[in-house]
Amino acid sequence: MLKQPGDARAQKVSLWRRTKNYAATWFAIAAAVLVLAPLLAVFAYVLIKGAGSVNLAFLTQTPKPPGELGGGMANAMVGSVLILGVASAIGVPLGIGCGIYLAEYGRGRLGDLVRFTADVLNGVPSIVIGMAVYGLIVIRQKHFSGFSGGVALGIMMIPTIARATEEMLLMVPNVVREAALGLGIPKWRTTLSVSLRTASAGVITGCMLAFARVAGETAPLLFTAFGNQFWNLKLNQPMAAVSLQVYVYALSPYDDWHRQAWAGALILIVMIVAAVAAVRIATSRGMLKGVS
Amino acid sequence: MGVGIEVRGLNAYYGKLLALKSIDMTVAPNQVTAVIGPSGCGKSTFVRCLNRMHETIPEARAEGTVIVGDMNVYDNDPVEVRRRIGMVFQKPNPFPTMSIYGNVAAGLKLNGFRNRKQIDELVERSLKLAALWDEVKDELHKKSGASLSGGQQQRLCIARSLAVEPDILLMDEPASALDPISTSKIEELIFQLKQHYTVVIVTHNMQQAARVAEFTGFFLMGSLIEYEKTEKIFTTPSDKRTEDYITGRFG
Repeated sequence: MLKQPGDARAQKVSLWRRTKNYAATWFAIAAAVLVLAPLLAVFAYVLIKGAGSVNLAFLTQTPKPPGELGGGMANAMVGSVLILGVASAIGVPLGIGCGIYLAEYGRGRLGDLVRFTADVLNGVPSIVIGMAVYGLIVIRQKHFSGFSGGVALGIMMIPTIARATEEMLLMVPNVVREAALGLGIPKWRTTLSVSLRTASAGVITGCMLAFARVAGETAPLLFTAFGNQFWNLKLNQPMAAVSLQVYVYALSPYDDWHRQAWAGALILIVMIVAAVAAVRIATSRGMLKGVS
Repeated sequence: MGVGIEVRGLNAYYGKLLALKSIDMTVAPNQVTAVIGPSGCGKSTFVRCLNRMHETIPEARAEGTVIVGDMNVYDNDPVEVRRRIGMVFQKPNPFPTMSIYGNVAAGLKLNGFRNRKQIDELVERSLKLAALWDEVKDELHKKSGASLSGGQQQRLCIARSLAVEPDILLMDEPASALDPISTSKIEELIFQLKQHYTVVIVTHNMQQAARVAEFTGFFLMGSLIEYEKTEKIFTTPSDKRTEDYITGRFG
């Protein structure tokens, strides 16, 4: 392992030190493998169980009534995209705005309060957020809706994005802000076009983490989006989502639905990975334009 | 063309701490004025008060009169003040996500300036003034400002300040983080710049003050002890404390 240039010198390093070095290195490698293993195992298992059931019908058809074979999750996939679109439209701007406030202005008591609230909100069980939105929107409208599902997921995104944005902005060196202010650039412009831009890679990562986290959520959708067996593109109607569909199918007594639940889980993972990859590519291109 | 600066009764505070005590100083137009003194004497605070950067620090404030040309600095919008009084900082601080061009154009673009052709011209003129044009002209858009060497970065920062066409250029120890070759380039540049601008430079390095400045002010513990022609201050200072400092007896 230690046959590097200056081997003669390496010989002089005591056996005990070499042993410690060796042990520590292997411990770190083992830890990394242990972290990766469950992820790979889950993904491999879902792939094995689900891949066989992903076919054209599954991707293009709506669910069949109980007892009938076949059908698919096309409506749930579109529903997930719409609900997550609403969630992102709410969560991303509010989260980033809140993070900007915390990092650039929130030094007083209000800042501490907002920071504390965000941390608490982050720890609130997702089903509680679903119930809150049920009370705030669904009961008043007197019907379930895709929109209310998006609101529930959007609320869940806010604290993650806010704290990530704050952390990333605080990492921007103060000399960069001073450079901008010294040029006579107003503070708001400095914050948006210099600080936030400098922190953008980290902020985008934060947004993607929040997105990936809520994309698989089922509990907050139970009383809000509710699910739907039919095509629906109207946000004020009950709407299907892949996670909901997987939940319902997995709990059903039918083998064909179990099979489709595995396929749904696989599709959900693929959708999340595709969305994250697309944003990464789009932003790296967009940033490169004016950047390097 | 540069304009002069009149400072009258300037006090600066950090919270309750009085960091500058009733400073009076007249800076001549189109000249280089150096501010020297030991660490913590208030020389950086002084120049940061001239363009109201001092007050961007939480709990910091300043009071008194600073008149630049026909503008009373403390009666104007700080943003407008900083547009007319440029600043170069101790550590080179290019905007890391912007190209070389983007860095120089930033002060114009982010202030709502839209005329592309004029921006192009100002970028070229500023980079030439900062003696950086020949080194970067082929990769203005390709290279990030942060990828340049330290000395080049500092000249980029000078070009960035010049692009908004200020009347005054403040420099807060602009060469203290640079090697001797880059330092001499910056000094040469300062010498050129006084044709167009009034320059106030803070420096730790007394030889540097002697090389570049016509006038030198010596600060000690928040007070301006002596302010004279550079030659006079380094040969026949009238205050004992100045003499002690420049002969290396303290500081």
